[in-house]
Amino acid sequence: MQDFFFYLFSALTVLSAFLVVVSPNAVNSAVFMIVSFVGTAAMFLLLDAFFLAILQVLVYAGAVMVLFLFIIMLLDVERSSKVRPDVLTVAASSVATLLLIFGMVYLFLTGNDASGPALAAVPEVPGGASPMEFATAARSFGYGLFTKYMLPFQVAGFLLLVAMIGVIVLSKRTAGTRAGAPDASEIRESEVRES
Amino acid sequence: MSGIGLNAYLFVAGLLFALGFFGVLLRRNTLVIYMCMELMLNAVNLALVAFSRFNRTMDGNIFVFFIITVAAAEVAVGLAIIVALYRKRRTVQVEELNALSN
Repeated sequence: MQDFFFYLFSALTVLSAFLVVVSPNAVNSAVFMIVSFVGTAAMFLLLDAFFLAILQVLVYAGAVMVLFLFIIMLLDVERSSKVRPDVLTVAASSVATLLLIFGMVYLFLTGNDASGPALAAVPEVPGGASPMEFATAARSFGYGLFTKYMLPFQVAGFLLLVAMIGVIVLSKRTAGTRAGAPDASEIRESEVRES
Repeated sequence: MSGIGLNAYLFVAGLLFALGFFGVLLRRNTLVIYMCMELMLNAVNLALVAFSRFNRTMDGNIFVFFIITVAAAEVAVGLAIIVALYRKRRTVQVEELNALSN
């Protein structure tokens, strides 16, 4: 049964990732991206990482993709994205990707252990021999986060603060913006005047 | 238990990474290029969780937690940069964004 779900969700993830790349519409790309992220979250569930699966759905499929969709719709990129990539770009990127996939398959076929053992069962109680042992409970996650990875955890918090300040500074309207290209409201006013 | 081992997960992660790479090379829209970068980060996350599960330690899972945090911050800053660029240039196509200053 687990095998069936693995094949189902890996096919879903890879197929929707492919559709992200090839769909000409940016909104369609974003929606397929959400499907791909949910498929990855399902694979995290199959790997017994329940906390990360929840986090994946909340942060990636929820917050990040909403931000992407919002920006895509705000910028109205559909008008300017009608231009198709030329033949040389398609050929070169396809060849590079096929080389990457070929190298990967070659590595898998010639590796030490081509078949790979099945993954061992996870203990129900968190922290058997050592507290950092893999366990399904979110408690073992927090233990590692607040002992071994305390400094990176605090640095990550600081990084989020810096990113927040940076976004506020970047999106602040400066005097130079008005001097250059016309503002969206100005364009709308001129359209109203013309009609 | 199931017959699916570490290699199967790593193979899916590699395919996802290759698809993200393909998108970054192929697409001309900065927003879609950005989404394909997220796809590559996601592939690495999948590989890390599979390794973590295989080695029976929590370290890989905690790395994925940090990657998700950093990616969220990166998306916020990157999209703000794209919006600022769009205000200045009125385009998100990379072939029209070929100069650093006006």
